[in-house]
Amino acid sequence: MQPANNTQYAIETRNLSIFYGEFEAVTNVNLQIEKQKITAIIGPSGCGKSTLLRAFNRMNDFVPTSHVRGEILLQGTNLYGKEIDPVEVRRRIGMVFQKPNPFPKSIYENIAWGARINGYKGNMDELVEQSLRAAALWDEVKDKLKQSAYALSGGQQQRLCIARTIAIQPEIILMDEPASALDPIATLKIEELMQELKRNYTIIIVTHNMQQAARVSDYTAMMMLHGDTRSGTVIEYDRTDVIFTRPKDKRTEDYVTGRFG
Amino acid sequence: MPSFTYPEKNELERFVAARYRTGWVWQVIFLSALIIAIFSLSALLLNIVDGAFGYVAYEFKKDPLTISEKPLDQLNQQELIALLQANLSRGAYNKLNNEKPMESRSQGELYNLVIERIIQVKTLQTYPLFRSLFEKAAIEAEVSERYPGARLEFRSWLSPTFLTTPQSSKAEFAGVRTAVLGSLWLVGIAIAFALPVGVGAAVYLQEYANKKSFISRVIQTNINNLAGVPSIVYGMLGLAIFVRAWEPFTSGAMFGITDTNGRTILSAGLTMGILVLPLVIINAQEAIKAVPDSLRQAAYGVGATRWQTVWHHVLPNALPGILTGSILAMSRAIGETAPLIVVGASTFITIDPQSPFTKFTALPIQIYQWTSRAQSEFQAIAAAAILVLLGLLLTLNATAILLRNRFQRRW
Amino acid sequence: MTTKISSLAAPNWAAQLRKKARWGESAIEASLFAVGILTILITLAITIVLGDQALLFFAEPEVNLQEFFLTTSWQPQIGDFGIWALVSATLTTSAIAILVALPLGLSAAIYLSEYAKPRARAVLKPILETLAGIPTVVYGYFALLFVSPIVRNLVGVEKVGVYNMLSAGLVMGIMILPLIASISEDALSAVPNSLREGAYAMGATKFEVSSQVLVPAALSGIGASVIVGISRAVGETMIVAIASGAGPKFSFNPLDAAETMTGHIARISGGDLPYGTVDYTSLFAIALMLFLVTLILNLISQWIVTKFREQYE
Ligand SMILES: Nc1ncnc2c1ncn2[C@@H]1O[C@H](COP(=O)(O)OP(=O)(O)O)[C@@H](O)[C@H]1O
Ligand SMILES: [Mg+2]
Repeated sequence: MQPANNTQYAIETRNLSIFYGEFEAVTNVNLQIEKQKITAIIGPSGCGKSTLLRAFNRMNDFVPTSHVRGEILLQGTNLYGKEIDPVEVRRRIGMVFQKPNPFPKSIYENIAWGARINGYKGNMDELVEQSLRAAALWDEVKDKLKQSAYALSGGQQQRLCIARTIAIQPEIILMDEPASALDPIATLKIEELMQELKRNYTIIIVTHNMQQAARVSDYTAMMMLHGDTRSGTVIEYDRTDVIFTRPKDKRTEDYVTGRFG
Repeated sequence: MPSFTYPEKNELERFVAARYRTGWVWQVIFLSALIIAIFSLSALLLNIVDGAFGYVAYEFKKDPLTISEKPLDQLNQQELIALLQANLSRGAYNKLNNEKPMESRSQGELYNLVIERIIQVKTLQTYPLFRSLFEKAAIEAEVSERYPGARLEFRSWLSPTFLTTPQSSKAEFAGVRTAVLGSLWLVGIAIAFALPVGVGAAVYLQEYANKKSFISRVIQTNINNLAGVPSIVYGMLGLAIFVRAWEPFTSGAMFGITDTNGRTILSAGLTMGILVLPLVIINAQEAIKAVPDSLRQAAYGVGATRWQTVWHHVLPNALPGILTGSILAMSRAIGETAPLIVVGASTFITIDPQSPFTKFTALPIQIYQWTSRAQSEFQAIAAAAILVLLGLLLTLNATAILLRNRFQRRW
Repeated sequence: MTTKISSLAAPNWAAQLRKKARWGESAIEASLFAVGILTILITLAITIVLGDQALLFFAEPEVNLQEFFLTTSWQPQIGDFGIWALVSATLTTSAIAILVALPLGLSAAIYLSEYAKPRARAVLKPILETLAGIPTVVYGYFALLFVSPIVRNLVGVEKVGVYNMLSAGLVMGIMILPLIASISEDALSAVPNSLREGAYAMGATKFEVSSQVLVPAALSGIGASVIVGISRAVGETMIVAIASGAGPKFSFNPLDAAETMTGHIARISGGDLPYGTVDYTSLFAIALMLFLVTLILNLISQWIVTKFREQYE
């Protein structure tokens, strides 16, 4: 076993607040994300789910006014420490976006590009195949690897984006409503894929689909706008079955049963 | 409830009809603005075509029929040289031969020489195209009355020879070869400067700078202002900096070239480059803006650095837009005249420009020069040169449209 | 399904997140920044070059500021440097140009944005773009050899010479028309549709909506287009250099031949001008005036456009 303090959790936040300029979008979040589990973040729209998720791989850096207070710890290292390289962070903590966003290149290149810029030296064909297999896409695309990724369906494109993320061997995969732009069948495929992936990766998924959260996740964090400042925070965090069957917070119960939001 | 009185029935009908009538009249007025625009454009183009072709009344010192049985333009190189030898004094022939050996001159050049030195054509009067077409008889009558002995001939001032012969002090023999080459050199230098600098500045503003920061707002406002600075002011800048202050560099003296001053293609090209820079930047910014953010996020999401994202994804996808913008900038550069006058384009150059460190002339400069001459034959070659210029512009713009259609993005 | 790709190989990965020195990245960013700054240097260079030579000009014994700004004769040979001799022609030609371009450009903009069907737009827009793309030296040819003869025929050959400010101004108006039309059209189409719908819902006709609702709502944008138009007219060189006449003359009569500021610079610098003479430095003083005037006009129009955008955001 590793030293207890830095390997118990995949990510740990301490009094984390996230700002856009003056506006405090997310307040005082304390979460411990379990390794190799799927953690869902749910809550009404605008409560800061995406903001929180994007803090985990420093995508918020691209909003010039954004800044954080508090800590995000990875094995005891603060993600927002001065010595941390955000580029390296994003390599280790991959992200799948709400709308599929493949590069306007061939299917093959979509996967190879990330590997190449990150200095991958092994056999590229093998990496592409393994990643596509891991994303359950190989059988559908193996004969058309040179074709444009734009020729794929939305669901296939999203799995390609997952394959692309897998190819750079991240530790953690962040997914921001990865199925919200997809049809039910494609959604199901993504959900099945997530179950496969959690053997090797820690997954954090934002969703506002209650059934999805209940179906796929092991842990659930419930976010809500809160207080006079109307900034989002995690009001309850627990095992998914607890959140959906006997939540402690009344607001969570209202939300998961569809009475609110 | 208060009661309002509105027109009713007949009165209403009349009222509405009147409003519609007013509306209709104004619609016609609005449309007529566009019709005036169309009319102006047509008038401009027709006016130029009108000037570039038509009858010309010539006078010969020696009739071509007396020196050769075959028509002159069907003679080959050898026959033309023989003619020159037979009809010129030995001294004059040798002088020409020393300037450029006869054997190395093309058939077209020799033909012009025969016309210029032996036949000694003099243009008495030129007639525009439409008069030539519709009032042929009147023209013939006028010529035979006013210029007895003159020869009337239909001439297209725009011709292959016009494109391939250099300048001449006589309109009949002048061509735009040196001017076209000068223009191409200029545009080449201008874009070689403006494209990398412009795209770099655009990338900085769109991808690196914090858009709200003071410095990037200053740069942005400044670029918009530069786009509105009169072109002649850029000419003054070029004159003071490139021609004068940087003379050792722009004249080529630094590189061992001694026979020029700072008024070279290089100075003019750099001036043009600065002039079109704002245009390139603004267009490149638009093209970069059109690249969707999801693509950037995808690249950052797999651990790309900023430059990797820009170089591998943003720029390739913005490329068609950037190229279209650059072509528009080139069109602007090729037609600009005022800065060239100020920077000191030479108006009379008969040798092809060989390097950036040579004196030069350019197409719009020739047009300006020839338009300003009072003789009608110079205005005719000005019209022909305008057609060449418009042809170049048309080619450039067609390329831009093709590019835009070919690489149209799907998002 | 099992896969070889696994993350478990690196238990201590968080320790590898430290910053690496990315010298390439920093160098690239620095050079891009330098290129951005270069654009500011260009403006500075213009200001310094023009200002420096203009100062030399005003330091000449035969020149003084009062004479420069207040007198109306520009004859360097006898030491007369009254800028009004040139400004008068610039004002006259620009005024004619705006009188032509504003009504035509605005009408064209209203027609294109409110009346024209997509098919008609597809034909009409490229015509305006073509007009905008024609080099001004070509307009100069047109002014001298087409418009001027017509003007002379209409007014009387004995009353107007070949070179006159009217022909130059008219053609300059045609040249500026597409500019005014395009900025005004942008302003009109930026008016929110809700305003249009609101007006139509009151039973207004298309003309009433356009003239009484849209044009007032877009007025600042239209104003900006006029200012940009004036700035273009003031800075335009070739049309006036070819068609308006050579030789300064204090006159506001459109039928006179007179030289504008730009035309004067073009004519005088066309020769091989010896550096450092009064003739040479005086051109920089004129250019400085031109630069400042157009700069102020451009700043005003940008300011208006920004304000206008905020209004509907
Ligand atoms: N780039 C941004 N700049 C400023 N405010 C933002 C930005 N992105 C999101 N916000 C604000 O932060 C809050 C949370 O947004 P978000 O994280 O997108 O919520 P969710 O994903 O839960 O719907 C919202 O009030 C939103 O308006
Ligand atoms: Mg969201």
